[in-house]
Amino acid sequence: MSDTRAETAFIRTEMLAPELPPVTERGIIKWLRENLFAGWLNSALTIVSLLVVFLLLKSALPWWLNGVWNATSLGECRTIAGPEGGACWAVIKARWHQYIFGFYPQDAYWRPILAFALMFVALAPVLYYGLRNGAKLIGTVAVLTVLSLALLDHDVTHVVLIAVLMAVLFAVSWIAPKRLVYVTLLYPFVAFWLLWGGSVWKPVATLLGFGVMVLVYRLIQPRLGVIMGTAIGFLAACFYWLFVQGIITGALGSLPPGLAGVNSDQFGGFLLAFVIGVTAITCSLPIGILLALGRRSDMVLIKTLSVGFIEFIRGVPLITMLFTASLLLQYFLPPQTNFDLILRVVILVTLFAAAYIAEVIRGGLAALPRGQYEAADALGLDYWQAQRLIIMPQALKISIPGIVSTFIGLFKDTTLVSFVGLLDPLRGVTQIVRADINWKGIYWEPYIFVGVIFFLICFGMSRYSMYLEQKLKTDHR
Amino acid sequence: MGRKQGNMTMAMASEAPKDGFRLSMLIYDTRFRSFTIQVIVLLLVLLGIGWLVDNTIANLAAKDKDINFGFLWNRAGYDIEQQLIPYTNDSTHGRAAIIGLLNTLVVAFWGCIFATVIGVFVGVLRLSKNWLVGRLMTVYVEAFRNVPLLLWIIVVFVVTSETAPQPKDFKVTAEMVQTGAEPAAQKILFNTIAITNRGWNIPGPLFERPLPTVHLGSVPLNLTFLAIIAAVVGSFVANRRVLRHARLVQEDTGIRPVTWWKSLLILIAPIVILLVALGFHLDIPAFPADENGVSKGFNFQGGILVQHSFSALLIALSLYTGAFIAEAVRAGVMAISRGQTEAAYALGLRPGRTMNLIILPQALRVIIPPLISQYLNLTKNTSLGIAVSYLDLRGTLGGITLNQTGRELECMLLMMLTYLIISLIISSLMNAFNSAVKLKER
Repeated sequence: MSDTRAETAFIRTEMLAPELPPVTERGIIKWLRENLFAGWLNSALTIVSLLVVFLLLKSALPWWLNGVWNATSLGECRTIAGPEGGACWAVIKARWHQYIFGFYPQDAYWRPILAFALMFVALAPVLYYGLRNGAKLIGTVAVLTVLSLALLDHDVTHVVLIAVLMAVLFAVSWIAPKRLVYVTLLYPFVAFWLLWGGSVWKPVATLLGFGVMVLVYRLIQPRLGVIMGTAIGFLAACFYWLFVQGIITGALGSLPPGLAGVNSDQFGGFLLAFVIGVTAITCSLPIGILLALGRRSDMVLIKTLSVGFIEFIRGVPLITMLFTASLLLQYFLPPQTNFDLILRVVILVTLFAAAYIAEVIRGGLAALPRGQYEAADALGLDYWQAQRLIIMPQALKISIPGIVSTFIGLFKDTTLVSFVGLLDPLRGVTQIVRADINWKGIYWEPYIFVGVIFFLICFGMSRYSMYLEQKLKTDHR
Repeated sequence: MGRKQGNMTMAMASEAPKDGFRLSMLIYDTRFRSFTIQVIVLLLVLLGIGWLVDNTIANLAAKDKDINFGFLWNRAGYDIEQQLIPYTNDSTHGRAAIIGLLNTLVVAFWGCIFATVIGVFVGVLRLSKNWLVGRLMTVYVEAFRNVPLLLWIIVVFVVTSETAPQPKDFKVTAEMVQTGAEPAAQKILFNTIAITNRGWNIPGPLFERPLPTVHLGSVPLNLTFLAIIAAVVGSFVANRRVLRHARLVQEDTGIRPVTWWKSLLILIAPIVILLVALGFHLDIPAFPADENGVSKGFNFQGGILVQHSFSALLIALSLYTGAFIAEAVRAGVMAISRGQTEAAYALGLRPGRTMNLIILPQALRVIIPPLISQYLNLTKNTSLGIAVSYLDLRGTLGGITLNQTGRELECMLLMMLTYLIISLIISSLMNAFNSAVKLKER
């Protein structure tokens, strides 16, 4: 044995260090070969794309970089930018407050800002999984709010009071996050009061109606059951709103505390888009769920009504609905009723979105296996219990992408309200800006500004829906 | 609480036959509850409708109006720039509404075609392995999906109409002929299309030896177009017959006869021969010029003038809807499991044939339902033409006619009904197509 060993000239006893792959198969060259130049078609596509990118940058980049921020008119912009031309961002600097707030009184800007900040606080218990994340978000919003108020508002007491309020809310969200639900429930009334102003007793009196409803329900439910309790409570609240509330507001309406009233025609810009968008989004989801359930109901009448409503709304453009709001409602309502244009538009946009949401949720309901319904029946759950505990949590989870894209569509569609005379940021405000003699002939800059803001909001919403989908994923595939 | 009630219901269900009918059973007995609810809802709906009708009658009486569609036969008195059938301001409001409807349909038709082409192209490119192309297409899709359509319509309109040169900038003056200088503006796309601040001058079809127009009663029939349509349809039918024959031969003998040159000949030859016989050529817009090449007149002659409102609406709608269709196409192709591709490769199919025979037919079934809703959205979105004063159905019937006659109820009713009917027709057509290509299950 040892002989053979001695005869062999050389035996390697340790492993060789592995060779590097060939230069074309490693590092950046490999990546380039695989992703950009795999085959002649791929290479051609890459070159064409590079050309497109180059041409786009060549035409837009100098214009972009050469932007002018300080000028009082388009002519001045052009003089400063010189012969090579440049963007005139000065128009945004001069008119940004109209794009954000419309003709809202300048000394009251703190009200919409506070309402916007409170919106995040109100949303925190609904949207954010992980309560600490919600608290962090509220903290960030609080800091940003106080900063922007310090820049915009010259009244120090406002800033200090709001800073204290935001600090309290942040503390609540950190210590007892579940308590924030009360903020969510109160938010619609607070926001309404902040935005439109007037006496504080008006929203309080309206809120009292819900108190009446709960009280009556508590009294009746032990004797007559849930259905009768809800029905009678609702009727009592309606009675209160129709007949009693007017007396209360009449008596207390002139008493302090109150905020200076703001008319609806002073709303504009992204403030208007948010008022319409957020209200319609919030209200359209429950209505959409009811419509979807109605469409799948066994009751012929309910089903027919739901189908008719959904298909009618989905068959006509939103613009015709908006024109209905501005032209036709005066025929359908009792003579001499005259209610706010923003409210009319919000109602019709809500109904419009609800029909689309209903179809999305119907898809989610249809995707649930039949066994889920049967299992709920087997557990002895009644219809609403089954819906609340078994069906809806799953169906809504499936429908999240569709629901959110409907919301995005709704938010984009708020721009259409300019056709009924409201000041949306895209067309309404830009028309005013372009009609100004100083800015006549400007077109790229205002549209880019508005477009970028819309993009950020809508893109953010779609990313959030993807995050939520991931978060709620419970199957183990 | 929930369990108690559940037990109660069950107990009721078994005991009910013994007891007589009690009023509370209308609510608590599941057999009667749906009946009760429906009666209540019916009453509420009837009450609501009655309330609305009552209000409407009261309001109409207060304004001294009635519901009357007679205004449709009155003189309209306004001009419409883009008309597919003859119209003057002496025509009736009804005819103006039809012009508007045709304008809506023509934008929707071309928009659907362009959006589908863009969408399929982008959707497939977005799936490409090429990193750069994929990113570029993602940027396009996200940019258009997340920004309101209205913005794109207005931007395209404002930019094309405000930056385009005037027609006189295209003129060649005597000075230019002498010095050899070029005019300030040039036509694009091989010197055929001129974009001016008045619109797009595009080439139009022209026939030297057209067939006569026959009047069938009061309806004019253009025989030239009928002949072209007949030739196209005929060659498609003939091509289908050839392909069916080829399939039969293949099933019989196992050998597929070569058909591609027959198909090509059948599809192309008849239409080419017909067009040559009719003396077809493109009428390219140009300034009339004298023998030295000096332009005369004030505007382009020949070709078709497309309004900026139409072109802006069409471009914006196609790009916007194209982004959505691209997403539908991508989702459809990605929904087909990887195993299908692998199985096709295992059978020895080449990548191209795998796509054509295995992936696309399956992906199509997933793509069609969202495609239907995108076509519907595009059709409804044509009503945004209001932003660029495009006189579609909403612009004529729901716009000028409504304002002139003050008949809001009638105009809005007619307009909504028309949109509803268009939507229903499109969705039923596409649903029929969908069920034709759907996977036939048990």
